[in-house]
Amino acid sequence: MTALRYVYAVCRPLSAPLQAQLTGVAGIPARQLEHHGLIAVLSLVPEEDFAEEPLKEHLEDLEWLTATARAHQNVVDALTGVTTPLPLRLGTVFRDDSGVRVMIEEREEDFRHALDRLEGRVEWGVKVYVEQEEEKEAVEERPAARPASGRDYLRQRRRRTAAHEQRGQKADEFAARLHEALSGYAEDARLHAPQNATLSGATGRNVLNASYLVPRSRSEEFVELVDRAEDDTPGVRVELTGPWAAYSFTGLTQGVA
Amino acid sequence: MTTPRRLPDPYGGPSSGANLADILERVLDKGIVIAGDIRINLLDIELLTVKLRLIVASVDKAKEMGIDWWESDPALSSRARRDELTRENTELRARLERLEASREAEELEAAPRQAPRRRKKESP
Repeated sequence: MTALRYVYAVCRPLSAPLQAQLTGVAGIPARQLEHHGLIAVLSLVPEEDFAEEPLKEHLEDLEWLTATARAHQNVVDALTGVTTPLPLRLGTVFRDDSGVRVMIEEREEDFRHALDRLEGRVEWGVKVYVEQEEEKEAVEERPAARPASGRDYLRQRRRRTAAHEQRGQKADEFAARLHEALSGYAEDARLHAPQNATLSGATGRNVLNASYLVPRSRSEEFVELVDRAEDDTPGVRVELTGPWAAYSFTGLTQGVA
Repeated sequence: MTTPRRLPDPYGGPSSGANLADILERVLDKGIVIAGDIRINLLDIELLTVKLRLIVASVDKAKEMGIDWWESDPALSSRARRDELTRENTELRARLERLEASREAEELEAAPRQAPRRRKKESP
């Protein structure tokens, strides 16, 4: 069985060895490959799962994709605890060590530049949801005030729509204010597309999904800032995740401003 | 609504508060793009297309897992969009019908021809 190299991240040499128990994709331990003063953190993965064809097939399998994404993140996360990693996109696979070395040489300058810029920084994810109450209201209202006429019906409908719009507008304003405040505190910010509820499992409409680049040393205040924000607007929920590796700020992702 | 929001430890990991979408959008959509030796078509994969491809590949499996949002999301399904319009149309027609029927009934109270009063349970 030939082993391929699945690379999670590139970072500077670690002062401490990787956790012995650090397992990555397919339950395989992660190891380091040093080249030109940079480290690629990788796993030796079986060709039968990670060669072009099987990998393509696996990517169609939500269960496999989920497990692999979590494993990938798990390794990057462990690195975030001890260094500043540059996370690679899921599914970056090389034939052998020399393929990894060539990659490091080709991107060496980019990597160093990004590592300098991101040193000591982490990414925080902030999402704002507006609670969707209109369904509950509709259920409550229906038996009590069944429209007697078409005009009543339209009036009720208009009122409900207006209330809904108002709540949505308030939430949008709240999200814009929060984003402005957090962007002011953070070194950099990125707006992401709202999340799909099926994948996130979250209730309510996602009106803000953003990432903020914050120095580790100032993270505590950032967290407090997010925490305080939630208090003053009812019907709005704020969720914080992190600290992540600076996934959204590597500057080396194509298509990201 | 009861989703607990943890205050993550700034020195710990991204905490259990991160959902699958949080992880996928970073691991798949962000991160550095490098063409490895194994060419996979991840370059232009957006989260949505991944999901759509997954679902197209295995609709039954997705349904089994409770994933069927694409069927009811008007932004994604032209059928859902059509259904939405049809539903609203039917609803309005029913209202109009009732309105006209009651007006007709008022105006032609004495007349022998009574408009049939239909009650449709289609309130929103």
